[in-house]
Amino acid sequence: MSKGVLFDATKCIGCRACQVACKSWNENRSEDTANRGTAENPPHLSADTWTKMRFTEIEGKDGFQWVFTKLQCMHCEHPACATACIVGAFEKTKEGAVVYDAKKCIGCRYCMVACPFGVPAFEWDRPIPYIRKCTFCFDRLKGGMAPSCATACPSGALSFGDRAELLAEAKRRIETAPARYVPHVYGEKEAGGTCWLYISSVPFESVGFPKLGPERMSVFSDPLMHAVPPVAVVVAGLMTGIYWFSKRREKIAAHEDISEEKE
Amino acid sequence: MKESRRSLTAGTMILIALASIGFFVAVYRFIYGLGAITNLSDGRPWGFWISFDLYCGVALASGGFTMAAIFYIFCRRKYHDLVRPAIMTAFLGYILVVFALLIDLGQPWRIWHAIIFWNINSPLFEVAWCVMLYSSVLALEFSPAVFERLQWKVPLRLIRRIQIPLVIGGIVLSTGHQSSLGTMLTLMHDKVHPLWFSPMLPVHFFISALSVGLAMVIFEASLSAKAFNHDVDVNVLGGLGRMVPWVLGPYLIARVIDVIFRGNFGLAFTAFPQNLLWWLEILGGVVLPIVLFSMPGVRKSKSKLFWSALIVVLGLMLNRFNVSLFILEGRPGYSYWPHWMEIAISAGLFSAALLTMQLANRYLPVYHLGPTDDAA
Repeated sequence: MSKGVLFDATKCIGCRACQVACKSWNENRSEDTANRGTAENPPHLSADTWTKMRFTEIEGKDGFQWVFTKLQCMHCEHPACATACIVGAFEKTKEGAVVYDAKKCIGCRYCMVACPFGVPAFEWDRPIPYIRKCTFCFDRLKGGMAPSCATACPSGALSFGDRAELLAEAKRRIETAPARYVPHVYGEKEAGGTCWLYISSVPFESVGFPKLGPERMSVFSDPLMHAVPPVAVVVAGLMTGIYWFSKRREKIAAHEDISEEKE
Repeated sequence: MKESRRSLTAGTMILIALASIGFFVAVYRFIYGLGAITNLSDGRPWGFWISFDLYCGVALASGGFTMAAIFYIFCRRKYHDLVRPAIMTAFLGYILVVFALLIDLGQPWRIWHAIIFWNINSPLFEVAWCVMLYSSVLALEFSPAVFERLQWKVPLRLIRRIQIPLVIGGIVLSTGHQSSLGTMLTLMHDKVHPLWFSPMLPVHFFISALSVGLAMVIFEASLSAKAFNHDVDVNVLGGLGRMVPWVLGPYLIARVIDVIFRGNFGLAFTAFPQNLLWWLEILGGVVLPIVLFSMPGVRKSKSKLFWSALIVVLGLMLNRFNVSLFILEGRPGYSYWPHWMEIAISAGLFSAALLTMQLANRYLPVYHLGPTDDAA
């Protein structure tokens, strides 16, 4: 059964305990940051920051409000990174987590380009660099524990559980309090569905979530890749045929030359 | 000897200097990491190298399989003298691509992982395998030049015996990876601008590679004729030029119909600034060369052929830069402009390739294809 996490933006207080818990469980370095005129820090996900809170100041239904959204790997049902990876270093596990095998990675960074959510990060400053991203705390998940961020959340904004149940719960919340939420569970269908689900009081585009269709990212590349072997056979056959034909024409022409000379 | 006096001209010195700078930048990169010499970031993980060295490099090296097909498969014997130089530049081109990737990859010493860890769904996996195999094919196709020079009769006979299967294999592999470079972009259907995005991208890539293959052969043959003082028949180059509209024509139709069919043609007038790049690419890089190469006057003039071929080449480079960089959306909040050391790496590799070409021209029988079983 695929696990998931439901993030309810209406319950988030922006304390960033999840951000801290993530750093400490995964033993990630802290980053040098600068005052950018916002309490949001650091500016982006990175090799050392696998989750972060985004602070959006927005005019909502009831005037000005802060909306906090948590960014991390969405753990797609059909991960683009896994399709992209030349050496198959990404794996969608039965628990739902998309995990990365550092031993295979050659550092081509196609996963980073392909990811629709802008998640995988690269160790730019290291001579032996790897891709780094949220693992869904796969080490905890295997032991039946919730990811460290969900454990740390004090306000109930993060709920960990079975994805199917969380999806039902998300819809229940929207149904019970339609004034409180926009009628959209982000991650239910986006890019073929994700293990992380979001509900919020404002449209997701307004807090910088990418607008994505329900198709998996590999919807075009999969059939194209499947077409490679038949295309190869057809091209080889065609070339052989053309060669045979033009060779024969050449021989006939040469023969005619000789007979003309004889006359 | 006239040859040796010419050996260290100003041009050669500049190439040696550029290659050396590139070499030292590469050393620096391996000590301090990619971040130290590039402006690449998590928001723009692929930059100048992928666009120039990989996307343009592979396409511009398509002259090898195009000429091999024309000569060996279609048996157009008048292009005899252009085959071997085209194969040599293609071979050098692919070596250049591989070296560039060895700089660009995070862990180049693991490049062989693609051989043992398979992901058959990854378009990049297919590109890697095809490039690897096709480079070997090109090496074999070019090897007679070396064997002739060394007068090794046995391997020469062996290669000639497998010449046709080798050429067909090369065409299959080229079809595979030229198009798969387009397939790679379809995985980013959320980020490629709709004026360019299409599930037909691999087809667009393949046809445009054919056209630039022809153009590059015209371009290089004209240049090397000047550089190495040998004559090239304008009828031969004109013959290649005549083929260009037959390739670019279908390409133009495919591109335009695709945009109209997908309901995105309106963007050509509204999506500023991407629409300017689109029009420049379509009008300047496709329509203009179709017109030029259709004019008999152009096909009879060496210099006009040269400039028209250059337009095709530039148009293709604009296309590859567009799809892999300019109109491929990065992550929000990041910007990218190549670091001078990124350019220095590419310039260094390019200079090294030109120097190699110079040496090959001096020591190997490059400008004639030895007697082949097929050249009747």
